[in-house]
Amino acid sequence: MKKYFLLIILLFISCSDDKDLSKQGPVDESYNRVVMMENLTDNIIIPSLENLDSKLKAFNTSLSSFSSDTNLDNLSALRSDFLEAYKAWQHVEMFNIGKAEEIYYNLKSNVYPVNVARIMANMDNPNLDLDDCSDTKPNNCSAQGFPTLDYLLYGIGDNDDSILLEYKNETVNYKEYLNTVAQKLISNTSIVLDDLKLNKNNFISSTDNTMTSNLNMLINDFVYYYEKGLRTNKFGIPAGVWTFKRPQNVESFYAKNISKELALEALSACKNFFMGTKYSSESDNGESFRSYIDYLDSENNLSSLILDSFDNTTTEINALGDSFSNQVNNDNIKMLETFDALQVTVRYLKTDMLSLMGVDVDYVDADGD
Amino acid sequence: MVLPAIKKYLNIQTSSSPLVVFRISFGLLIFFSIIRFWSKGWIDFLYIEPTYHFSYQFFEWIKPIGLFTYLIFFTCLLSALCVTLGYKYRISTSILFLTYTYIELMDKTTYLNHYYLVSLLAFMLIFLPGDSKLSVGSHKKSRFENVPKWTIDSLKLLLFIVYFYAGLAKINSDWLLEAQPLKIWLMSKYELPFFGDNLLQKNWVHYFMSWGGMFYDLSIPFLLLIKRTRIFAFIMVIIFHVMTKILFPAIGMFPYIMIISCLIFFDSTFHEKIIEFISKRIKFFKKGILVSKKEDFNNSVSFKKISFSVICIFLIIQLILPIRYKFYPGELFWNERGYRFSWRVMLVEKKGFTTFKVIDKENDKVFYVDNEAYLTEFQEKQMSFQPDFIYEFANYLGDSYSSKGFREVEIHVDSFVTLNGRRSERLIKPNTNIYRVERSTFYKKYIIPYKYEIKKI
Repeated sequence: MKKYFLLIILLFISCSDDKDLSKQGPVDESYNRVVMMENLTDNIIIPSLENLDSKLKAFNTSLSSFSSDTNLDNLSALRSDFLEAYKAWQHVEMFNIGKAEEIYYNLKSNVYPVNVARIMANMDNPNLDLDDCSDTKPNNCSAQGFPTLDYLLYGIGDNDDSILLEYKNETVNYKEYLNTVAQKLISNTSIVLDDLKLNKNNFISSTDNTMTSNLNMLINDFVYYYEKGLRTNKFGIPAGVWTFKRPQNVESFYAKNISKELALEALSACKNFFMGTKYSSESDNGESFRSYIDYLDSENNLSSLILDSFDNTTTEINALGDSFSNQVNNDNIKMLETFDALQVTVRYLKTDMLSLMGVDVDYVDADGD
Repeated sequence: MVLPAIKKYLNIQTSSSPLVVFRISFGLLIFFSIIRFWSKGWIDFLYIEPTYHFSYQFFEWIKPIGLFTYLIFFTCLLSALCVTLGYKYRISTSILFLTYTYIELMDKTTYLNHYYLVSLLAFMLIFLPGDSKLSVGSHKKSRFENVPKWTIDSLKLLLFIVYFYAGLAKINSDWLLEAQPLKIWLMSKYELPFFGDNLLQKNWVHYFMSWGGMFYDLSIPFLLLIKRTRIFAFIMVIIFHVMTKILFPAIGMFPYIMIISCLIFFDSTFHEKIIEFISKRIKFFKKGILVSKKEDFNNSVSFKKISFSVICIFLIIQLILPIRYKFYPGELFWNERGYRFSWRVMLVEKKGFTTFKVIDKENDKVFYVDNEAYLTEFQEKQMSFQPDFIYEFANYLGDSYSSKGFREVEIHVDSFVTLNGRRSERLIKPNTNIYRVERSTFYKKYIIPYKYEIKKI
């Protein structure tokens, strides 16, 4: 029996000097996740919300002018403010966290296609409750937010004149509903923004690798948004990837020619968040998922693969027409190709990135061994 | 020459105490782990909620049975209690084995090595005289003190196999030369107090833990066998398993099962003290109710013979199963052929992204499958990187589309898997139909060989 002992000790000695076998990336310094959270929060999340907040307020000002003086110029001004606000929204949707998650901010802001019948019914409803919208009861989700603004600004008539006429006639209470929906968006945004500002320090310091930490929720939300919000909603569903084509399901269906602009904005929002690019700067990058991956990745190529896939997707989207519903109807192959380009990023995010970070896609409470 | 030695060995008698203590603690452990499983809502979450279940090959007929599944768990719970009490021992161990194994076979998504170990131990108990003492029964006079030594040694041998094969499996280039997947896992535990954000981030710690884990697994069965090192070894067992519990809380009951099982290595004097301790405190025993047993294992020659042959065959199978992967070509960690039931614990960090395309040849249509429409998040996660899951799910999809009226269905797969921190690679050949292909053809022709080699013994 002593022989075994000797053998084991011998094995220990003979192997213990093989420790320098690691090829690359012997990481000896810990990564400061709080610094990353600081950059993401201070320089991206909060400025994005602030920008949305101010764009919505600008929209609100134009809305007053339009209400008091309903003419084509004011309608055009209102529409262009709508586009600005909708673009600002593209930078916010991926942060479905904290107060935003609690009040179903995403569901109340960007569920499309809209439910026109519901909108019409809501206009006559004296007890209208736009908070009647949650993941389990999505009743009023598709009758508010940006898609409803899109419908009210572009969809209630066949052309600008007939739309203006509807607003002037006031046989249907479009103006009031437009206002109600706008105020709701504005107040929801303030709620989310104020809460985040108030709890900023707690938010930033929550970096544990647990189900409930803000860092992990941000990571999961980012991956989830890229797969669902961007890939599935903006491209997959309209292009009929899972069933049949649904051109009416594109984002901003009624404005017709801005779905591409919104999609590009959303993609650049994802890219900027991944790279930690400070809001409204071109290339001022701080700590982010990218630098975190570089810290963890001994092969040192994942972040560049992800960035390449972002760029490929941008190229694919640029090849599409301004109106995605036309694109789906006329040349759906290009939509499907864009979907495939998006898939490549989803693959890197969901497998390579999450694996390196040691973060689970979902938090299944079950045993392992 | 050899035969007489064997014969002599088979006739050695020893105190039955280790076996009795093992039976009591094993039953209790299963009893509490079923309660734990139940109270966490996992029966519903894992067996009732999902509409589809992944089956083991040849056991496709074993499925959850709706709300009656609770009944299986309840029966299992009850039989574990009976095993602890030693009540109708042969029947209760049989029921424990059957119900527990049925539960394990219902859905392979939940496969865990230590669940498998529990099934094996329960099986062995059926044929071992674990009820010779401290058991509830009516025939007082039939209790016995001694059992053949091989009955206790057989349990030791199984535990030996578990540790030793787990150690052998760690002798691979990823584990020893790259310190993977421990590097990934330890670095992600940065929030642990004191050492999470410093020690666990250090390269040398990853290597130290990898090599240490390998030597631990290989040496601990020997150290437990040798009397002089036994106490040291058992302290190591406790330290090691408590450490894994701290580092990987999701490991569940595994540490407890191993710690309790390793008690079998101790001398009978140690177990007799435990029995004395129990019998002094439990009134049942004082009154003598717990003292008896129906039939004498030593006297029932025919059962002893059957038991011995069953245990022998069983242990031989256990020796062979873990090395069956040698007969399959390709990278074991990649295609996972022969991966399960082989004590490969914590060897791979894998994540996959797998999407299925349904090709309706008749109408020349292609569409993707929304996995979430069929699978729970947990199932999808497991399916995404395991080829046998992908194969099974693809065939299920093909069948279900065929039954919907599609006449010429093809199923194509886009599957990407990352293994131990390497970049994700394609697992299955794209743009190729895998519906209704033979399982062996699927492995041979449709799995793309891994482009890295992981050396192992």
